[in-house]
Amino acid sequence: MITTDLSLALPEIFLACSATVLLMYGAYAGKNTASFVSAMSVAVLAVAFALIFLGDRPTGLAFGGLFIVDAYGDYMKLVVLVASGFGILMTQRFVEREGMAKFEIPVLMVLSTLGMLMMISANDLMSLYVGLELQSLALYVIASIRRENLRSSEAGLKYFVLGALSSGMLLYGCSMIYGFTGTTDFDILGNVLSSVVSADQTPQIGLIVGLVFVCAAIAFKISAVPFHMWTPDVYEGAPTPITAFFASAPKVAAIALFARLLSDPFGSLVSEWQQIIVFVALASMILGSLAAIKQTNIKRLMAYSSIGNIGFALVGLAAGTQEGITGLIIYMTIYIFMNMGTFACILSMRQKGTMVENIDDLKGLSKTSPMMAFALTIFMFSMAGIPPLAGFFAKYVVFAAAVNAGLTTLAVIGILTSVIGAFYYLRIIKVMYFDEPSASFDKPIGGEMTFVLTVSTAFIVFFILFSTPIMDGAAVAASALFVG
Amino acid sequence: MLEIGLAHYLIVAAVLFTLGIFGIFLNRKNVIVILMSIELMLLAVNINFVAFSTHMGDLVGQVFAIFILTVAAAEAAIGLAILVIYFRNRGSIAVEDINMMKG
Repeated sequence: MITTDLSLALPEIFLACSATVLLMYGAYAGKNTASFVSAMSVAVLAVAFALIFLGDRPTGLAFGGLFIVDAYGDYMKLVVLVASGFGILMTQRFVEREGMAKFEIPVLMVLSTLGMLMMISANDLMSLYVGLELQSLALYVIASIRRENLRSSEAGLKYFVLGALSSGMLLYGCSMIYGFTGTTDFDILGNVLSSVVSADQTPQIGLIVGLVFVCAAIAFKISAVPFHMWTPDVYEGAPTPITAFFASAPKVAAIALFARLLSDPFGSLVSEWQQIIVFVALASMILGSLAAIKQTNIKRLMAYSSIGNIGFALVGLAAGTQEGITGLIIYMTIYIFMNMGTFACILSMRQKGTMVENIDDLKGLSKTSPMMAFALTIFMFSMAGIPPLAGFFAKYVVFAAAVNAGLTTLAVIGILTSVIGAFYYLRIIKVMYFDEPSASFDKPIGGEMTFVLTVSTAFIVFFILFSTPIMDGAAVAASALFVG
Repeated sequence: MLEIGLAHYLIVAAVLFTLGIFGIFLNRKNVIVILMSIELMLLAVNINFVAFSTHMGDLVGQVFAIFILTVAAAEAAIGLAILVIYFRNRGSIAVEDINMMKG
């Protein structure tokens, strides 16, 4: 029934129509439409959030099994929408200050958010591919949106080439999976694979090759080691609020897609993919913590920090259990707040009207802007995993899941790398509190930044008090992946 | 007479795909060659899909191939656009000149 299909995909359809209308408005309404389009984009995301959060949502399959709506997808979509909303808010303030305001930026961000929602709801290799490409194509453009800037265009070029390479690998994997199972539908794929496993047959080599290609391609998108090499360059070159967006929303969407793909259709092949995920998680945690130590540019440091964080989140996926997926969901929820908060601080690092992005520029921040230093301290402690801040619980849930699934070695190495990682987080705190101030940052930092900073700090500090709804929501979401 | 079967198509596609990947990594001259290599990879995948599709008598693979063609066109357009703005800023599209950021 087409009406059921439409009601299931209502938030996505709303986003698609709104993005088109905003694009038309921006193109025809004359000059200086950027701030209005940006405000409307945030409103559109808020409406989509309300449609998912408040609406009496039906669940089930739509469009002939291409699209699935379940508790898992809804939860991850809410996280993505929050991250994108924060991203657009911070971008608008930044582009106005830098004199590069364009109405295309918020529209492209809405379109890429739409692609992310499609990825999360994909129930077929085809809808997975189209969602992923909608997301990526919009991101390539906004990485290089600062047209006259060499770094921005170089970041866009690098992101494009490696992103296109990963799409090619994804497609090659999809074609192998299709050829060796005869279907692209996740449900049928799951049945075919579980019948192969229950008949004690070894899965065909072509199928495993396909699975490995798809895993490698998604590892590219979430920038997990050994497919991370684009991340530091793109994060450094892209305009800072765009970097904040890159480090949060697309990662949540890609990792949500990864978890659905591996635990739903490929759930019966857990022994085949578990070793890949364990390796990728280990490598990401180790590289993320070691390579960040020698960085002097704070955006590059955040790139390595995000690689490490993805490694921690993948520990939950490596467990392959419902508890592990719950941990993964909680980790990503907390991660976007830590990430957005830290980037709000980075975006406030301006001296005499120009952006600075070296760690040394934070010297003596506690004396010049004590509130911002306090907020950044909270985020750094949280990223290092110090209780009672939210970051501690994020790490706790994924490591507990790994230990319960028998991956004790992985959990132990994870905790060790987290200790190494604490070094560079604490170094930032040391620079802020114990070094002599050089120059102070421009004030005020702007209403949007203050808003994002306040919300993120409050979330991280008070997570321990109101964690129950988030923990319960994550548990319900994860159980939706393990039905039947 | 040699019978051309599924395996032959798959081997051709695998060779083309590998050529595409090597074209991206071994090429030190020109970014346009990288764009061509990406296109080669996607077309190799299309051969795979269509070969599997006709072999199994299932249309899904051909539908997928059409999707890939469409998205590949959009991807090439965006890639060339980014390349043009890069050339304006740098005055060169040699691969070894893309080195502003390292680490």
